[in-house]
Amino acid sequence: MKKIEAIIRPHKLDEVREALQEAGFRGLTVTEVKGYGRQMGHSEIYRGSEYTINFLPKTKIDIICADGNQDKAVDIILKHAKTGEVGDGKIFISSVDEVIRVRTEESGDAAV
Amino acid sequence: MNLFSKAKSMFIIASCAVIMLSTIPSSVYAGTTPDPSGANTGTISDVPAAKPGEPTLVEIGNAVGHNRVAINFVWTLVTGFLVMFMQAGFALVEAGLCRAKNASHTFAMNFMIYPLGMLGFYLCGFAFMFGGFGALGTLGGYSALNNEITVTLFGKPFGILGWSGFMLQGVGYDTAAFTLFLFQMVFMDTTATVPTGAAAERWKFSAFMIYGTLIGSVMYPIFGNWVWGGGWLAQLGVNFGIGHGHLDFAGSSVVHLQGGVISLIFAWLIGPRYGKYNKDGSINPITPHSIPFVMVGTFILAFGWFGFNPGSTLAGTDFRIAVVAVNTMIASATGALAATLWVWLVRMKKPDPSMMANGMLAGLVAITAPCAFVGVGDSAIIGLISGLLVVESVFFFDKIKIDDPVGAISVHGVNGAWGCLSLGLFADGTYGDGFNGVAGNVTGLFYGGGTSQLLAETIGVVTCIVTMGVISFIVYKVIDMIVGNRVSEKDEIEGLDIPEMGIAGYNGFAMDKYSETHHPKG
Repeated sequence: MKKIEAIIRPHKLDEVREALQEAGFRGLTVTEVKGYGRQMGHSEIYRGSEYTINFLPKTKIDIICADGNQDKAVDIILKHAKTGEVGDGKIFISSVDEVIRVRTEESGDAAV
Repeated sequence: MNLFSKAKSMFIIASCAVIMLSTIPSSVYAGTTPDPSGANTGTISDVPAAKPGEPTLVEIGNAVGHNRVAINFVWTLVTGFLVMFMQAGFALVEAGLCRAKNASHTFAMNFMIYPLGMLGFYLCGFAFMFGGFGALGTLGGYSALNNEITVTLFGKPFGILGWSGFMLQGVGYDTAAFTLFLFQMVFMDTTATVPTGAAAERWKFSAFMIYGTLIGSVMYPIFGNWVWGGGWLAQLGVNFGIGHGHLDFAGSSVVHLQGGVISLIFAWLIGPRYGKYNKDGSINPITPHSIPFVMVGTFILAFGWFGFNPGSTLAGTDFRIAVVAVNTMIASATGALAATLWVWLVRMKKPDPSMMANGMLAGLVAITAPCAFVGVGDSAIIGLISGLLVVESVFFFDKIKIDDPVGAISVHGVNGAWGCLSLGLFADGTYGDGFNGVAGNVTGLFYGGGTSQLLAETIGVVTCIVTMGVISFIVYKVIDMIVGNRVSEKDEIEGLDIPEMGIAGYNGFAMDKYSETHHPKG
C-alpha cells in the first residue's frame, strides 16, 4: 500500500476531493499546514515596523491506496491542483507497512 | 321594605354619588380616556399643588425649578451610563491589539478595573476630588461639599485636596452628590483602564489589582481636585489672572493625560515584551489577534464619548451640548481620516486598521478639553492634527524602545496634552462666561485672547506630567516590592491566560500555537 501526501493550495481542495471521490478513492485526511518552498514569504508593515510572513497557508491531503493505484491518484491531483503559478505544492509518495480498520480490525488492502 | 321605598333609597344613594363625584377634578375623568397621541397627557393637574388642578404661582414656580433640575439630573446620569459602557470599548480595543494567548488576562484587567476603581473612588477618591467642590449649580445648588484643604502660597489660596463626602455618608448622602459621584466615577474609571493596555501581556494580575485599589482612591483624585474640584489649577484665573485658570471641559488632562502619563511610566519600568526589540534596535511587530474587536471597541468608545463630552455640562438645559456633541463627532472623523491617510500614503504602504482606530481615538481625546469652547471647523483641525500626532508618537515610542502594545501613551498622553493646548489656541469666545470664577467667555490665542489661556493650559499639562509621573513611579516601585510587576519569561512566552487566570480566553479553537517562532536577535 502507498501513502500519497499532497500539499496543495487551500482553495483547490474541493476540486481535488470531488475528482478523487469520483475516481473511487474513498478516504481522505486533510490537515491545515503552513510552509514554503520556492514561493517564499513576503514582508509587510505593522505600526511602522516591518515583519516577514515566512509561511504561506497550504492544505495537506493524505490518501492511502492499494499498490498500483497511486499513479491514478497522482494524475488526478496534478490535474486539479495545478494553476501554473509558483506555490502549487508538492506530492510525496511513501510505502505503508500496514493499514488496519478500527471498526472491523481488517487489515491490508481490505482496510484501504 | 316594599318596592317603592327600595327604589327611593336607590335614587337617593345614586344622587349622592353623582353630587360627590362631580366635585372631583376633571383630571380623574381624563385618566380613564385613552390618549393615543398623548396630546391630553400632562396638564396643570400634574403640577404639585395643595388644591389639585389649581396651583398657586409659587407652586408653579417650584414645579418649573424642579423640572429644570430634573432635566439636568437625568442628563448627567444617563450620559454617565454611556461613559460606563466605554469600559467594554476599552476591553475590546486592548484585547484585540494583544495576542490571543493573553485574551482572558487582558479582558480580566479591563473588567476588574471597573469595580476596583469605583470602590476606591467611593471610599475616599470622590471625597478627595470633590469634597471642596462647593455648589452643584446645575443639580439644585447643593453646596455642603465645601471642605477644601487649602494652603497659602504667594499670598493666594491654593486648593490642594477635598475632604468631605467620604463613602457618600453625612453631607455626601444627597441626590445631587450621588449624581455627581456616578458621573465622575465613570470618568475616573476611564483613566484607570488606560494603563492596563500599556502594561498588557506582561503584567501580573496581582500587581494590577494593587494598582486598581490605588487609582480611584488616591492617584486620580489629586490632580483631579486641582482642576475640577476647585483646586489651585482651576484657581489660576482668580488668583493670578491667568485666563480662566486651567480649563479642561471633559478631561483631556484630568482623564486622558493622567492615564497616558501612568501608561508611560508603567510601560517604561515594566520593560518591553519578550522579543519586541532586537539589540540592534530593530523592532519585531507583535501582531494583534482581532482587528474586529479593535474596531467594534473603537465604535463603542466613540459612542460613549457622546456621554463623555456633552455630559460634562452636567446640564441638559445647557444647549451648548449640541455644539459639544458635534465638535466631538467631527474631531473623531478627522482624526481617523488623517491617521489613515498619513499612514497609507506617506509612512507605510497600506492603511493599517490599528492606526485608523488609534486615529479616531486620538481625535476624541484631543477634542475632550476644548469641545465646549471651540467651533466645529477648529474641531476638525484639532482632530486632524491629533491623527498625525498619534501616528508619529507610536513610531517615536517604539524607536526609544518603550513598548506600548495598544498605543495608550500616544492616544491618551500625547493627545491629552495636545487637547489642552489646543483649547488655549482655538477657544473662540462664544462660551464659558464665569467658568472657574472668571467673567467673560473663554478666548484662545487665535481669537484675540492672547496667550493667557494657553499659559494656563500649559501649566496644567506640565503639572499633570510631573505630578502623575512621580506618583505613578512611586506606585510602580511599591507594587514591585510587594508582589513584583513583571511576569516570568516562561509565563510570558506561554501566554498569561493559563498561568495567571487559570483559563484560556479561547477554548475549543484550533489556535495557531506555532505562529511565534521568533527569538530576539542579539
